[in-house]
Amino acid sequence: MTTMSADAPPRATEGRPVGSRGGVHYLVGAVCVFIIALMLSPLVMSFFASIKTADEAQSVPPSYFPHTLSDENYVKVADYGLGLWTYLSNSLGVAALAIVMCLILSVTAGYGLARFKIPGKEIIFLILLAPLMIPYQALLIPLYLTFAKLGLANSLLGLAIVHTVLQVPFSVYLMRNSFEGVPRELEEAAVIDGSTPLQSFRLVFLPLVVPGLVTVALFAFITSWNEFLAALIFMNRETAFTIPIMLVAVRTGHLGAVDWGALQAGVMVSIIPCIIIYVLLQRYYVSGLLSGAVK
Amino acid sequence: MHSSASAKLVGFLFVLPALAFVLFFVIWPFVQLVGTSFTNQSLLGGGGFVGLANYQRAFGDAQFRKALWFTLKYTVIITPILIVLGFGLALLTAPNTPLRQFTRAVIFLPVVIGLGASSLLWYWLFDEQVGLVNKLLVDLHVIAHPLVWFTSADMALWAVIISVTWKVVGFGMILFVAGIQAVGKEINEAAMIDGASYLQRVWRITLPLNLPIILLVTLVSAIGSMLAFDQLYIMTGGGPRGQTFTSVYWIYQNSFIKFQLGYGAALSVILTVIIFLAAALQIYLTSRSAAK
Repeated sequence: MTTMSADAPPRATEGRPVGSRGGVHYLVGAVCVFIIALMLSPLVMSFFASIKTADEAQSVPPSYFPHTLSDENYVKVADYGLGLWTYLSNSLGVAALAIVMCLILSVTAGYGLARFKIPGKEIIFLILLAPLMIPYQALLIPLYLTFAKLGLANSLLGLAIVHTVLQVPFSVYLMRNSFEGVPRELEEAAVIDGSTPLQSFRLVFLPLVVPGLVTVALFAFITSWNEFLAALIFMNRETAFTIPIMLVAVRTGHLGAVDWGALQAGVMVSIIPCIIIYVLLQRYYVSGLLSGAVK
Repeated sequence: MHSSASAKLVGFLFVLPALAFVLFFVIWPFVQLVGTSFTNQSLLGGGGFVGLANYQRAFGDAQFRKALWFTLKYTVIITPILIVLGFGLALLTAPNTPLRQFTRAVIFLPVVIGLGASSLLWYWLFDEQVGLVNKLLVDLHVIAHPLVWFTSADMALWAVIISVTWKVVGFGMILFVAGIQAVGKEINEAAMIDGASYLQRVWRITLPLNLPIILLVTLVSAIGSMLAFDQLYIMTGGGPRGQTFTSVYWIYQNSFIKFQLGYGAALSVILTVIIFLAAALQIYLTSRSAAK
């Protein structure tokens, strides 16, 4: 083992205490700390810019750290356009509708696919994966024309439908796997006790697939909250702007000059909900990603 | 498994809502898209049948070729970066020690934020005057004067690649970590007893066993990059001189800025054909690895 050199980080799979090869251990630690700093610095710097005074955020050359703390930029964002609340409530409304639709569609389809012998099942499953093969970017023209006819342009429901399209393959795939993971004995016991398919669905299955439900809702929220292109096209009236579209409008600003401090405050408003949810539900996020790599 | 005739019907009823949703909002619009691509429809009206004229125009459209080429260049550069960097970071953080798990969580963090928000963040960082990238490079004496990142297509491309790499490298890393952790302890221990060095074990054991995941992440990254829009719309606006339009951006520009829906539809159909092939391969590989 003397051939082990500095470019050989110790690995847990080797089944020995990591500290047993001191030099490598410290090197790996230093690399980790460096990477952490590198990855976090854009977020931290954006946050610092957002709490500078508006003047300091515009200064050339820029400062790394705020000299004076100020909520000026956040006040500006709160009062921007029709008021931050308009855009926040649009984004939250679209996300809530997308979550509800994703849950309904994926729970029913996932259960049906996992537990019934349906003729042509795999073909149906492939059709449900269609949004993976037909990119939604290509469907925006026909959807735009249809939504205009149905009165769904500039509507929260219309945008939520597009966001649901994006999430259907992942959600159905995940819920099908979740339902397939429920032991058959439980279901058989319920049938022997005389329950109908609907009853065993509600009383036996649903409680056992809660982690799958959380994951579906989580991904639907993140996708919807962050989606840009469809929101840009469908929400062209200022009353209908979602947060990402508001951010671009803030950047464009007045008379072409970018208000950098307000822009970074807006970026923070957009990012912070995602970070909080990630920190709280990290387990679901990562396991969802792994089981649904089909996405 | 319910299999009687009535159970089949019940099962079909369970699947029906999702099936109807996809048929109505994905399959039918795609049929409409193909129909629109044979017309000269614009947002302002029109809609007469023009045959293959839009497709002929697309293949003669120098700006569309340029956009496709730029998209391909972007994809071909960023995909290997994401794979190599993602795999390297996965090797570093795969062992479950507290520091490495925390590092993993931090690297993954930008994956959950929006591409729009992160692009605006980096647009600011790369700004010639108020941007901290220039400030840092000047302070470290790497450059003497602030660089103007967005007036040259190549520099703009690299600014976008750096920002997107920061944003998405954690995605591949997380999948690679799972793959690396799934490699059996016994194989590695046996190789160590035979005197294999760390690099030999990575090259001969970890990498080959993770080939299916590497292929999957390559496809996901390549498809995502071929559909790039947000980052270019926000950071370069297609400029300078239209050199950084991607295919999706050029479709958006024709359809919703110039109102030429018929032509935009034809471009969309061409894009769909390209993505369809890559995505079909991705689904095939996923279903195979799931069956194992």
